[in-house]
Amino acid sequence: MTTETLTMGKALNLGLRRAMDDDPKVVLMGEDIGRLGGVFRVTDGLQKDFGEARVVDTPLAEAGIVGTAVGLALRGYRPVCEIQFDGFVFPAVNQIVTQVAKISARSQGRMRMPVVIRIPFGGGIGAVEHHSESPEAYFAHTPGLKVVSVSNPVDAYWGIQQAIAAPDPVVFLEPKRRYWEKAEVDLDAIPEPLFRSRVVRRGDDVTVLAYGPMVATALQAAAAAAEEGRSLEVVDLRTLSPLDLDPVVDSVRRTGRCVVVHEAQVSHGLGAEIAARLTEQCFHSLEAPVLRAGGYDVPYPPARNEEEYLPDLDRVLDAVDRAMGF
Amino acid sequence: MSTVPELVQLLTPEGQRVEDPTHAIDLSADELRGLYRDLVLVRRWDVEATALQRQGELGLWPPLLGQEAAQVGAGHALQPGDMAFPTYREHGVAWVRGVDPLHVMSLYRGVDNGGWDPAETGLNLYTIVIPAQTLHATGYAMGVQRDGAETAVLAFLGDGATSQGELSEAMIWAASFSAPVVFFCQNNQYAISAPIERQSRVPLAHRAAGFGFPGVRVDGNDVLAVLAVTRAALTAAREGQGPTFIEAFTYRMGAHTTSDDPTRYRLAHEVEEWRRRDPIARLRTHLEQEGIADADFLAAVEAEGEELAARIRRGTIAMQPRPAVTMFDAVYAEQPPPLAAQRDEFLAYQASFEEAGR
Ligand SMILES: Cc1ncc(C[n+]2csc(CCOP(=O)(O)OP(=O)(O)O)c2C)c(N)n1
Ligand SMILES: [Mg+2]
Repeated sequence: MTTETLTMGKALNLGLRRAMDDDPKVVLMGEDIGRLGGVFRVTDGLQKDFGEARVVDTPLAEAGIVGTAVGLALRGYRPVCEIQFDGFVFPAVNQIVTQVAKISARSQGRMRMPVVIRIPFGGGIGAVEHHSESPEAYFAHTPGLKVVSVSNPVDAYWGIQQAIAAPDPVVFLEPKRRYWEKAEVDLDAIPEPLFRSRVVRRGDDVTVLAYGPMVATALQAAAAAAEEGRSLEVVDLRTLSPLDLDPVVDSVRRTGRCVVVHEAQVSHGLGAEIAARLTEQCFHSLEAPVLRAGGYDVPYPPARNEEEYLPDLDRVLDAVDRAMGF
Repeated sequence: MSTVPELVQLLTPEGQRVEDPTHAIDLSADELRGLYRDLVLVRRWDVEATALQRQGELGLWPPLLGQEAAQVGAGHALQPGDMAFPTYREHGVAWVRGVDPLHVMSLYRGVDNGGWDPAETGLNLYTIVIPAQTLHATGYAMGVQRDGAETAVLAFLGDGATSQGELSEAMIWAASFSAPVVFFCQNNQYAISAPIERQSRVPLAHRAAGFGFPGVRVDGNDVLAVLAVTRAALTAAREGQGPTFIEAFTYRMGAHTTSDDPTRYRLAHEVEEWRRRDPIARLRTHLEQEGIADADFLAAVEAEGEELAARIRRGTIAMQPRPAVTMFDAVYAEQPPPLAAQRDEFLAYQASFEEAGR
């Protein structure tokens, strides 16, 4: 067993490296990913080892990155696109929504799009405008795309490899504020499947659902709640589209209460879809409506106001209190 | 393969005046001293801002170091009623337009997204998403056309920005409608780590020909040439002759931003080479040789720079975050009731902490 203590950024780096070793068709492309190693250094050293044909420093154009990735995929390659920041994916959204997402269906399955679109997403790092967005709902709303978000180095290491190996396009959301958090990663383990959610803490009173950057927050909330004698079950959603709600349904049937946490604005977000499904599947077990703790319905605020905007431990506990109050 | 276009230069790096009848410029001694003063002051501001970022007072700072002449020259080419659309690095243009530096500092401190009034200053807010503002500038120019106004529009962009599809669209619109807009591209040789060769295999000024309007390459470290070329282009736009693309050939002496480490992608000797083409030194030499600037004047400008830096430092450190509830306030002209309700909930939530005595 080879175990290493890795930050999430380093875990992604090693995962990418292993995917490139395993499959010569894997090509990384993005702005500043080669020589510089990416603005978060996730691709550090890869161009040096795999060359400029496999780690491509692209011109500054996101539609170009994803559009040429489509062409490379049609030619049998497995492109992994890095979008430098969440707020800069939008020039590529035309290619993602009208092309990447639809090519399999419109070709009746004759053509596949094994493209991965990596996006550092979310806030909490004190950044300027357009560097703290949570655009997952746009992609989750688009049939033909799969959308995942990792919350820890272990899932990052395996998840990126699984996303690259997957036959369908995957939008791979990396919580940038957790890039520097460390964990032990067993490099020989048998990984959990990518498109599965997972209970990460057992509890009886309220089920708290989170993904990406908010899993750590939910776990902190659970620890704080435990001190006050309240037991929270925390589920890391991991896959946002397709949703894997079976473990959630089991959990909510026991607890009768559920809080969904995400950084993204609450209205028309992932939480709304989850609440609807849980209402359908757990209606008779619910003791309280499914509640949401998320960003307010405003543009992401200037950095010095982001703490008040982002759901934090207190906001999660507040939602838990409200759920218990029904 | 295309040939390198002529570089318009009126002042050599050694400070010698070059006569160029097609780009004639006649400035008074006062105007020349004014340009020098602006160059020195914006550099002093920039140095102070970089220091403040290092000390944790700013979240980020994109330095203009090395690009002072391009920005001050372009800024001075504008007339009061003209409109400019900056990127995120045009601090020198902001200065010339009379924007208080503290309104730029508040953006990079994370207090707001730019505190100035574009209508009042003739400078749109900074735009971070590359190169969205080039289309806005073009549309604004189309509005000017419809108004029959004597206004020109200046759109700023970087060399990296030229790869974006939206710039192509902006240039097609501008050409097609002969809009009074000038594209001012500071080719500082890099887009973060990507050298200009990754964006273009032809000199950027050559791109304009394909769109059907003139392209000019100007020495971006020569404030006189930048002023002359940009003024002529804006005048042409104002007179109904349509767009021009200006490539200001310059160099980003600093990091891309304070988060960047340029030693990973460029060599020190390249930076040193460009240091010899410094935009401020050459104007100072010229002014001294012509007897336009004496030691007293130079010292006075330095002193003014120190005062400015001190004011910026004090003002920046004193800047407090806006009350968080203001994030709800200007989202819409007509606030929808659900958002108003959310705002109330937010206030009640905040108040619950005060009641709890936390
Ligand atoms: C659409 C978009 N993609 C990516 C970025 C991230 N980014 C910020 S600045 C920059 C490089 C810009 O280079 P250039 O246009 O040459 O301007 P410079 O920064 O050199 O002034 C990049 C890639 C962005 N701001 N917008
Ligand atoms: Mg540049």
